[in-house]
Amino acid sequence: MTPAFPLAPEQASSVAGEVDALFLFILAVTGLFAIGIWIALFYFAIRYRRRSEDDRPAEIHGSLVLELAWTIIPFLLMSAMFVWGAKVYFHLNRPPDDAMTVSVVGKRWMWKLQHPTGQREINELHVPVGRAVKLVITSEDTIHSFFVPAFRIKKDAVPGRYNMAWFRATKTGRYHLFCAEYCGTEHSKMIGRIVVMEPEEYQVWLAGGPAPESPVLAGEKLFTELNCITCHRPDSAGRGPVLNGIFGRPVALASGERVVADEAYVRESILSPAAKVVAGYQPVMPTYLGQASEEQLIALIAYIESLQVPSEGAPADAPVPSRAKGARSR
Amino acid sequence: MSSEPRSLPADHYLKAGWDLKSWLLTTDHKRIGLLYLMSITLMFAIGSLYAGIVRWNLLVPDGSQMSAEAYNKAFTGHGVVMVFFFLIPSIPATLGNFLIPLMIGAKDLAFPRINLLSWYIYVIGAALTMWALLSGGLETGWTFYTPYSTVFAESNVEVAAIGIFIAGFSSILTGLNFIVTIHKMRAPGLTWFRLPLFVWAHYATSIIQVLGTPVVAITILLVALERIFHFGFFDPNRGGDPILFQHLFWFYSHPAVYIMILPSMGVISEIVTCFSRKRIFGYSFIAMSSLAIAAIGFLVWAHHMYVTGMAVYSAMVFSALTYLVAVPSAIKTFNWTATLFRGSVKWDTPMIYVFCFIGLFLIGGLTGLFLGNLGVDVHLTDTYFVVAHFHYIMVGGAIMGYLGALHFWWPKITGRKYIESWGKVSSLLVFVGFNLTFFPQFVLGYLGMPRRYHAYPEEFQILNVLSTAGATILGFGYLFPFSYLTHSIFRGEPAGDNPWGAKGLEWTTQSPPLTHNFDEIPVVTEEPYDYASPPKEAARG
Repeated sequence: MTPAFPLAPEQASSVAGEVDALFLFILAVTGLFAIGIWIALFYFAIRYRRRSEDDRPAEIHGSLVLELAWTIIPFLLMSAMFVWGAKVYFHLNRPPDDAMTVSVVGKRWMWKLQHPTGQREINELHVPVGRAVKLVITSEDTIHSFFVPAFRIKKDAVPGRYNMAWFRATKTGRYHLFCAEYCGTEHSKMIGRIVVMEPEEYQVWLAGGPAPESPVLAGEKLFTELNCITCHRPDSAGRGPVLNGIFGRPVALASGERVVADEAYVRESILSPAAKVVAGYQPVMPTYLGQASEEQLIALIAYIESLQVPSEGAPADAPVPSRAKGARSR
Repeated sequence: MSSEPRSLPADHYLKAGWDLKSWLLTTDHKRIGLLYLMSITLMFAIGSLYAGIVRWNLLVPDGSQMSAEAYNKAFTGHGVVMVFFFLIPSIPATLGNFLIPLMIGAKDLAFPRINLLSWYIYVIGAALTMWALLSGGLETGWTFYTPYSTVFAESNVEVAAIGIFIAGFSSILTGLNFIVTIHKMRAPGLTWFRLPLFVWAHYATSIIQVLGTPVVAITILLVALERIFHFGFFDPNRGGDPILFQHLFWFYSHPAVYIMILPSMGVISEIVTCFSRKRIFGYSFIAMSSLAIAAIGFLVWAHHMYVTGMAVYSAMVFSALTYLVAVPSAIKTFNWTATLFRGSVKWDTPMIYVFCFIGLFLIGGLTGLFLGNLGVDVHLTDTYFVVAHFHYIMVGGAIMGYLGALHFWWPKITGRKYIESWGKVSSLLVFVGFNLTFFPQFVLGYLGMPRRYHAYPEEFQILNVLSTAGATILGFGYLFPFSYLTHSIFRGEPAGDNPWGAKGLEWTTQSPPLTHNFDEIPVVTEEPYDYASPPKEAARG
């Protein structure tokens, strides 16, 4: 798969080339500086070697011109590195709209992954080549980090938070998945594979195995089981706010602030309902801390995201709107 | 110089007594410096043993050399001992303690008894932490990241944390002592811009110690309290935030890197001038760059956290500031190199360590530009690239400076010479061993090997074996100075008061100095590093 003595990791994602080009730019600039200084150091050390114990070289105090030169030139070069790096980072943190969402839950010591269509995997993720995949990453216990060297992506899985990362695989094959944040005894066993397949193969793979329950469906069931439905009704007659169509939109709070109802906000509202109460409602909702697991929370969020405003109407061919962003942006 | 007497002076600070009481109750900054030297040498030996265990485990990919628990305890032990009990006190507490009063023409530090107290505090902290490490061990990594350390770790976190908390006070008191001493006790005529750059570097270091250490001390204490009383500072299930810990921890621990490297930079400025017989190039730029590093160094902490999910724009601010803090380090490197220009360069052991320092610190500093870069850091963070980078700074930089300093001032401290050829051989071993150990780790990291892995995929084995081979050579490189320097204490030829023909007040008194340093308080009339004129004869008491 790899040469016996590789010096660079494989490039298997759309951003890998970008990151490597930047890496090589920094390598070239710093390499030139390092070689320049080493040569100067050794040339001076040999050329001006002490020949007699009575040598008393003439004084040189310094040079303002030189000081300014070697302050400003490195500063400008480093500014270029910074700007380029910020651009790449921005790109790494902005998933494309057509990405399919895979949820990632780190747990000592395994990765639990779920496809938008419901298939669950452990320590292995099958994805189609060429398709953007957005990862929503969290952890059940301590901090982990989702790291795929061939894709040049890494993002911490932090308990209590949803972090995003994304990639678009460009080459079929099997690639390392590592946990990069120390998480205890079996940290180095918390590894797996990303299997990048041709889209047709991926469809075949999805069709194999028992028919899974999609996160949206699972969320819908939970919504009833946990009695959320008693207060959050679609017809604004409930004691809680209507949830249809709120996902991804700004919400006015009782405090006067506005927040966007994203994954983190919905999660917080389930676990600590009193933290950010919607304007016009009483803080009467009980906490669901300890009653819903991380994966159940993800399912609930998927369901809430799927709830459309009735008038907008869901596409006729999708009785249950998919959590994949593609369904909305089409 | 050949006219100097080749015998030790009749009276000096070591003759003030050899019994235990004369050492344990001393308030002489020179003796306290030696107490520190012995303590940190012991801690360095322990830390090195841990490193040996780590490298031994990584010889094979499957982790079959030892259990994962044992490995995790070994790398934690290595980090905790080396960072908190060797690197942070290394140059300031030993050579800084010994030299600052001598360099500024004072009889002692401003608070001699607090100086002794800070050594006792260090010993208590070190003993407590060692007890935690040896009885059951610690497996949180030296970084104590929450919620792992607060909820999941099943080891002696509380005791180790309290040990580190206590040791922090030693660092604070030393810093405070230096600041007051440098402000109030300079000899007549010794204006700020006549101070040796070693003193400037320690002044900047002390500021970081005084301002930064309380933050990490409290943070580590919070970890212990959270474990004992189940507070929820860092626990998301109780409304806490585990990332808050990282902010607090790195607010100190990034500046702590400068606590380790600034004193070494001071050392380099002293040695490079002496062995090229040149005034330092750009004195005020080097002095001010130390202060700039200390100031900006406090504003870059979150560059350790680009992948924690922080806001994109705050990451950009921290990246920009990180590039800014690289500028003063670059200024220093250029000025040291320029100092050699048209000098009279002598290749003695301390100077060879200076060459090693500049060459290796350069790699350490420049690879920091990869890690400070937002786009590249996402791939490199938490891999062996980071491990290689900070070892180039801390071992290639800080320890090379420490060894250079030890060799340079050894004749001042002991009054005796070491065997020069041994010094040269061991510096070569250290240089070769160091590069063979850590250079392959840059490649490993770029290939994607995460740090703190007990077992790893087979394709990484060749580079790991190279690294372990290098560590073996490095180990011998460290054993050599230990043995020939110890030998020189008893058998070394008397060195004379100023064997290098160096400038600076510490070389104007006898070697070893008197307990009260100077018979007459010196009056300073010239700028530092006046190497254009020959050194004056030292006064003997």
